[in-house]
Amino acid sequence: MSMQFILSHLNYWLFIILMMIGFYIVVARGNYIKKIVGLNVFQVSVFMFYISIGKVEGGTAPIFPVDMDIDPNVVYSNPLPHVLILTAIVVGIATTSLGLALIVRIREEFGTIEEDEILEIESKLQQEENSAEGPAMGGRA
Amino acid sequence: MRHHLLLRVITKLLVGPIILFALYVQFHGDYSPGGGFQAGVIFAVAFILFGIVFGLEKVKLVFPPWLVHKFAAIGVLLYAGTGIYSLMLGSQYLNYSAFTPDHPEHGQHWGILVVELGVGITVAAVMVAIYYAFAARPPVISDEDW
Amino acid sequence: MELFINLTLFSMLVVTALAILRMRHLFAVVMLSSVFSLLCALLFVTLDAVDVAFTEAAVGAGISSVLMLGTMALTARHEKMPREFSPIPLIVVVATGAVLIYGTLDMPDFGSPDSPAQAHLATQYLTQSPTDIGVPNVVTAILASYRGYDTLGETVVVFTACVGVLMLIGGLARRRRKQGEETK
Repeated sequence: MSMQFILSHLNYWLFIILMMIGFYIVVARGNYIKKIVGLNVFQVSVFMFYISIGKVEGGTAPIFPVDMDIDPNVVYSNPLPHVLILTAIVVGIATTSLGLALIVRIREEFGTIEEDEILEIESKLQQEENSAEGPAMGGRA
Repeated sequence: MRHHLLLRVITKLLVGPIILFALYVQFHGDYSPGGGFQAGVIFAVAFILFGIVFGLEKVKLVFPPWLVHKFAAIGVLLYAGTGIYSLMLGSQYLNYSAFTPDHPEHGQHWGILVVELGVGITVAAVMVAIYYAFAARPPVISDEDW
Repeated sequence: MELFINLTLFSMLVVTALAILRMRHLFAVVMLSSVFSLLCALLFVTLDAVDVAFTEAAVGAGISSVLMLGTMALTARHEKMPREFSPIPLIVVVATGAVLIYGTLDMPDFGSPDSPAQAHLATQYLTQSPTDIGVPNVVTAILASYRGYDTLGETVVVFTACVGVLMLIGGLARRRRKQGEETK
């Protein structure tokens, strides 16, 4: 593993570290708003990974001069990942807002947005239902 | 926010230029960074800023919710309609060169302009509608608790 | 020089992400996520993606913090004390990260002009769009013309997400029910 190899792959590794921090926030934290923020961190790291694949050494932004007098010596970066990620960012905010709307409804139904409290309420409801429906189900509950 | 005089004056000054900038980003997207997605978001930001500072009722007078909901659909229809128009001209769906057969580049320019406008209208309307939906709920944290 | 800028931005991003992980005051978390988006926009500029940087700055730092603050006002200001530390998430995350890093070992060098990603479509778009479409911004040309179907789909997704939000918290159902009661 030479120095050259490390330098040319360092970017990818840093993206993965960021992505994993986002992943850890999603998995380990119980607060739903924080989970959404973690999901955003994860998502943006994936975006950066895509964009870095399109980067060309010594390149510039893929926009031609206005008079379309294109110098063949100028190197342009790959525009395709830019297009994909540009639309993905806007779709990302739309789906994030859907998630936030779900959180608002959860808060109205359960009175909390902490995962473990909601699981507790759920299991309590389940127990009540079981003890009420128990005889009808053949006394299994 | 009635007592925040500075915020109110600055907001009044800012809303116009923000909308102007959104229109610039929208229609100059062929030549510089920008386009329908960014312009729609910036356009929506002007209304959201106005709503945050002056209250939801005031901004709903300017841009009523029923109109916002209609605009969200109109943008998508404008986009899809462009494709159907090119179909009717005997070309593929969303092939803008069909608009001006003797000079396909002009057709492409027109097509991109209309399609980006559709995207911009939808994105702006969707963002404003989502903001209205969140802001209209009764908050559980009062203003003093922030 | 570029490497230095990249590394600086990266270390700031990692610090911000760790601060998001540690903070329990949700207002600070939302503000830090907006800082995170702005730093990302800077990084996108150094990676030549000016359109993406523009979008990220407008969406990530602007609208998304407004929406999250709105949600916060409707729910809670503080995260509860975290549960006792459990090693399972950490193990899962480290294992996933290790596998992903192992996967990058085969990837072409960063910025290499002859990697597979630059070989086929990119050169085609860059050489043909001046004659095909004649729009200086290649990103716009691909977005609206070459990949028009794609963008139509994305627009429909944005619209659908809006419909979903309105059905969840838009109050449309309540209004309709009230009208229904009046007509009865």
